[in-house]
Amino acid sequence: MADWRPSEAQQQRLVVARRMHRRSSLLASASAVVFFAVVALALVSSPGWPTVRATFFDWSQAVEAWPDVVEGFWVNVRLFLLAEPLILLLGLAVAAVRVSRSPVLVPLRMIAIGYTDLFRGLPTILVVFLVCFGVPALQLQGVTTSLFWLALVALVLSYGAYVAEVFRAGIESVHPSQVASATALGLSNAQTLRHVVVPQAVRRVLPPLLNDFISLQKDTALVATVGLLDALGTASDAANYSFNFTPYLVAAALFVALTVPLARLTDWLGRRAMQRERAGVP
Amino acid sequence: MSSPPVLRIERLRKTYGDRTVLRDLDLTVEAHDVVCLIGASGSGKSTLLRCIDLLEPTQDGTIWFEGQDVSDPRVDARAVRKRIGVVFQAYNLFPHLTVLDNVMLAPRKVHGLSADQARARATELLEQFGLADKADAHPDRLSGGQQQRAAVVRALATSPSLLLLDEVTAALDPLLVGEVLEILRRLAEQGTTMVLATHEMGFARDVATKVCFLDDGCVLEEGSPAAMFSAPREQRTRQFLRRIL
Repeated sequence: MADWRPSEAQQQRLVVARRMHRRSSLLASASAVVFFAVVALALVSSPGWPTVRATFFDWSQAVEAWPDVVEGFWVNVRLFLLAEPLILLLGLAVAAVRVSRSPVLVPLRMIAIGYTDLFRGLPTILVVFLVCFGVPALQLQGVTTSLFWLALVALVLSYGAYVAEVFRAGIESVHPSQVASATALGLSNAQTLRHVVVPQAVRRVLPPLLNDFISLQKDTALVATVGLLDALGTASDAANYSFNFTPYLVAAALFVALTVPLARLTDWLGRRAMQRERAGVP
Repeated sequence: MSSPPVLRIERLRKTYGDRTVLRDLDLTVEAHDVVCLIGASGSGKSTLLRCIDLLEPTQDGTIWFEGQDVSDPRVDARAVRKRIGVVFQAYNLFPHLTVLDNVMLAPRKVHGLSADQARARATELLEQFGLADKADAHPDRLSGGQQQRAAVVRALATSPSLLLLDEVTAALDPLLVGEVLEILRRLAEQGTTMVLATHEMGFARDVATKVCFLDDGCVLEEGSPAAMFSAPREQRTRQFLRRIL
């Protein structure tokens, strides 16, 4: 093995292959440059471009809005950092109740079905309205009237329903033979779920779950509709004050900067899961 | 009075919809018996094993396990399954657990052993079956033969009084069949009571104490391996053996 040298023919093949590779990467770069140049040109040469540039891409406006929008964005970050673990817990609990077969849990199962049906059907923005305006109107003793916490509850309720369905799909995708062999070992239904089914289901649904969380990060902006000063709320304030839309773009840039890393992580996890699956687990 | 047989089945009936899979099936398994169920695919061998472990509801007949009528709906199925070990054709190891954790799960969670006790027992068994170096590996890193041996160890970890094996070598490469049959042979020598659905006629001839030929959902003929393989009485048995041998 050590004294192997590529044969004459192989060396020629390598030369040809390198040349072909160089040509295709050149072609790729050229086509990308041409495409984006044409798009930019079309944009800039459009009749309304000077107005658009002045109202959306005003650098001084961006600098001015930046501190407020960043402070507002901190509200979004806190919202989803708190919401994500709560959503995971709620989703898993609802999914576990829905797949359980214990007769004692029948009322809970009915509640779980009603909950997922209702909250998957309701637009998230309506849930935010209902919770943030409806709950304080009830004037209940000891219930918070803080918009931040109410908005958090609304987001958790809305996303919990989706995540519960993702978990349930994962649980049901675990092969019945796994359940059969856990049952044969004498494990109870609950033990089978806890030690055999859920750990496999969670691994399997991680990429779609992260996808839902990317969606949640954006949807934290819905709290601006009830007057909470998040990134969108502060941007909207600034825009209304100066009649310039640049602050919206600042907020948009912040959201994108946050979701892109999570999107890449999701892709990577998905690829890894697929590789594992193909590694031939029976 | 002598102790009751480990397993006695009388006139067992199992249907899926209007398809009858087992009809009036009788079977008795004494302690230390190695019973080989042979027969064509679809003759009901696997279904019978699943019914014995109460994994399938049955439509008629009675199963006595260690003297207890376990067909009674009031019977605690888990308590019965705790005393029966099952090995499946497709191994069915838990892919998210290491081999050691696969083996330790039931002793800990079902039989209430401490982690240390369960680990000691599992390690001893894995050593005995040549899998000590695979204890910390996940099942997907093992060959088919190793996975099936691990599945046998998992079934044995709770010291069941009956071991059910459902075509445990059918999914294996011919070269790996031998290593699994070898450990079954050892278990038979140690006096483990076993019921196997199998197509390994050589194994059945050497190791079985009783061979049962299943045809169309009932035991058509049963007897010692010598009698069954050299002088089967039934025409259908002769046909089956001629095709498979």
